Amino acid sequence: MTETPPAEASPAIAPEQTHVLLEQALPSPLTACYWEPKNRFILVGTEEYGIRRFHLETKESVPMIGPHDSWVRAIGSSPDGEVTYTGGYDGRLVWWPTAAENPEPIRVIPDAHQGWIRALAVSPDGSRIATCGNDKMVRLWDSQSGEMLKCFQGHQWHVYNVIFSPAGDALIACDLHGFVKVWDPSPNAASAAAEAAPAAPADPPVAPADPAAVAAAPAKPAPAEAAAPPPPPVPGLLRELPQLEALFKYDTGFRADIGGARCIAFSADGSRLAIGGVTNVTNAFAGVGDAAIVLVNMAENKVAVQMSPKEKVQGTAWGVARHPAGFWIGLAAGGGGGWLYFWKDDQAEEFFKLKLKSDGRGMCVSPDGTRVAVAHADKNLRIYGLFAAPPAS
Amino acid sequence: MKCQYACRSQEHVASRRQFLRGVASSTAAVGAVGISGAGLGGLLSGNPLMADQLKGKQKRILTVFLHGGVSQLESWDPKPGTDTGGPFRAIPTSVPGIHISELLPYTAKQMHHLSLIRSLDTKNDDHAKGQEEMTTGHKRIPGTDYPHLGAVAAKSLTPADFSLPGHILIQGAGAAGRAAYLGPKYNSVVMNNGQPPQFTERPASLTPEADLRRNQLRTRFNDRFAGKRRTADTDAYTFSYNQAQDLLARREVFDLQRESEADRQRYGTSEFGNHCLMARRLLEHDVPFVQINHSNYDTHHENFDFHIEQLGEFDQPFAMLVDDLHQRGLLQDTLVCVMSEFGRTPRVNTRYGRDHWGKAWSIAMGGCGIQPGAVIGATNANGTEVTDRVVDHGHVFHTILQAVGVDSSGEFDIAGRKYPIGDPAKGPIGELLA
Repeated sequence: MTETPPAEASPAIAPEQTHVLLEQALPSPLTACYWEPKNRFILVGTEEYGIRRFHLETKESVPMIGPHDSWVRAIGSSPDGEVTYTGGYDGRLVWWPTAAENPEPIRVIPDAHQGWIRALAVSPDGSRIATCGNDKMVRLWDSQSGEMLKCFQGHQWHVYNVIFSPAGDALIACDLHGFVKVWDPSPNAASAAAEAAPAAPADPPVAPADPAAVAAAPAKPAPAEAAAPPPPPVPGLLRELPQLEALFKYDTGFRADIGGARCIAFSADGSRLAIGGVTNVTNAFAGVGDAAIVLVNMAENKVAVQMSPKEKVQGTAWGVARHPAGFWIGLAAGGGGGWLYFWKDDQAEEFFKLKLKSDGRGMCVSPDGTRVAVAHADKNLRIYGLFAAPPAS
Repeated sequence: MKCQYACRSQEHVASRRQFLRGVASSTAAVGAVGISGAGLGGLLSGNPLMADQLKGKQKRILTVFLHGGVSQLESWDPKPGTDTGGPFRAIPTSVPGIHISELLPYTAKQMHHLSLIRSLDTKNDDHAKGQEEMTTGHKRIPGTDYPHLGAVAAKSLTPADFSLPGHILIQGAGAAGRAAYLGPKYNSVVMNNGQPPQFTERPASLTPEADLRRNQLRTRFNDRFAGKRRTADTDAYTFSYNQAQDLLARREVFDLQRESEADRQRYGTSEFGNHCLMARRLLEHDVPFVQINHSNYDTHHENFDFHIEQLGEFDQPFAMLVDDLHQRGLLQDTLVCVMSEFGRTPRVNTRYGRDHWGKAWSIAMGGCGIQPGAVIGATNANGTEVTDRVVDHGHVFHTILQAVGVDSSGEFDIAGRKYPIGDPAKGPIGELLA
């Protein structure tokens, strides 16, 4: 698969000339955004219980709220953009008609996960949807029927992000501790409990559990003294990447974990996987750490480079994308404010950065590669042109 | 002979610490505080009046201090669906009509043993000040050092012949609870990382016989010396040694391995789970005051992720502890309180964090002397202000003490000087008392 350069009619891509094209205030702080493939809408996660569909021509914002009972930060669509998928912190997975005048849900899976759905991804052919979340599961769904096809069980921590390889033959998931597992999404792959209803042990439980049942649980058997046999193979697991240690820390001062894949993206040829988050954390609860994106060489199964701001800026990498013109775009936000960064292949330091008006919490690139949208905490959706601004008249 | 001396001097405290360090950090300065007089001064250890006031049974207090400031919106006063509510839902509890955050499913099942105060306005957003005021019940005044609730409880509730410390703090790490003018006898004995107090084990190289002979010799020297030159220091040393001997003899109280494997499984393998099980053990042995510190909730960044993690650790062991205290008949004589130094801002900041907020927040309380299943006070729709029954640390302090039978409106008599136990301008939350 090769990267497609922008259409001829598009303006010449010049990241160093990036500028604000549009600033649109919405009713609530924004949390995520997704550029619909037909370039009609940007779907925006908010602190309302659902998303908003922002029409790029009319600038109209239509709420897609109803079946969700919590924030929604996982957004995707069918390849033709006609069906939108949302995964919520309520564990619900919802299908929507993207362009309907008043979108009503097509399908709702109320307990797709126990606890938060943190991310979703759609296979390149559009046939499958992958979701991951706080129940430590990665699940695969039939996008047409809504049937759960696979449940991949093996992460020990909340699963923060998931992505299909560009060829669609691998499903990559990264958890809070930076463990990256490559799962087999093919129809014949084994899985832990494809037929079972989602009822995996959540951490913490999100519905009142029965403490009496816990009390009655049998005592854990004492560990065997003899050397334990090697663990059985994990169903559906193709391989594991090295733990991304840079993106995880246990803060001993606050006694809490911080880390995980806050954003994830592939290069178009699948040779590089970018996973972003926070590194060098010195105070987890104040967010004192540096934004970082770790670039993994998939063929060699090792970290190629860690892309970080040249001048350290407190924050977390909340967005990453590979631009068709052959560079990486990253969104950083936190104590140091909001920034867009641009890195060349396998370069640790950016070649350009742009200070944003406010912290960004999500980022997406337009299908033609000419624009970047950022979902800002100050309620604004801002669209940035990756080309020279026309001279002021 | 009664010695008239003031042994609250730094020299006294220092010598005590140098002497025994961890083992008996609460065991010095006997006699430092007047044990006669009006108010609670007359209810000290060894005074039979105390037994009358406490009406027989040993009363106990358990506080769980959620350090850093737990979010009321993610715990006791959820506001789902509002601009401040965050992503979590509210769930029903065992008390019809009371909902708490979905992050506390196990605690929700024990709600009929607990009550909520949703109307704290402590007018403070500073950690140290909040911690001090919530645990002493007094507004911080520069130059004035008030005793920790644990010290007050230990002084008020500890029977004369009780061989364990009256004020125990179980925590991962941190400072001890101070007794201030009550004297270091009532400082907390600290179980860092849930470990037994330091130096409560006889060194392996010392045989029991040798240990006995050594102590007999020490006692002989001590008695001879005290006969002519008794001082505060010598009394402190004597008291410390005696209590250290008691602790050595009762070291099994601090041994979690004596709990069943099933119980240890029920409480989970987390540090907080172990601490809750240890607290149960101490309360079963009638320790008057136990505090568990759980750290940390100071979530300026990623408030929601961190509350999943921290309350996920808190919920089940705490609920187990409340249920066990009830099942074992201890809850009726044990007051339980979950508190913080303040709450967190209703507004979610740009980093998904919540900041310090003392203006409208919540705590939970239950057990001895507390009306179960009650909700005191209320906040407005999005939790930005108290709309009913404003209370603060002073009211909470009075309520806790009165619930266990201590007259918090009384005074301590410290070497002839009167110190009000609770803030005289405040009183208990009457409708919360059973």
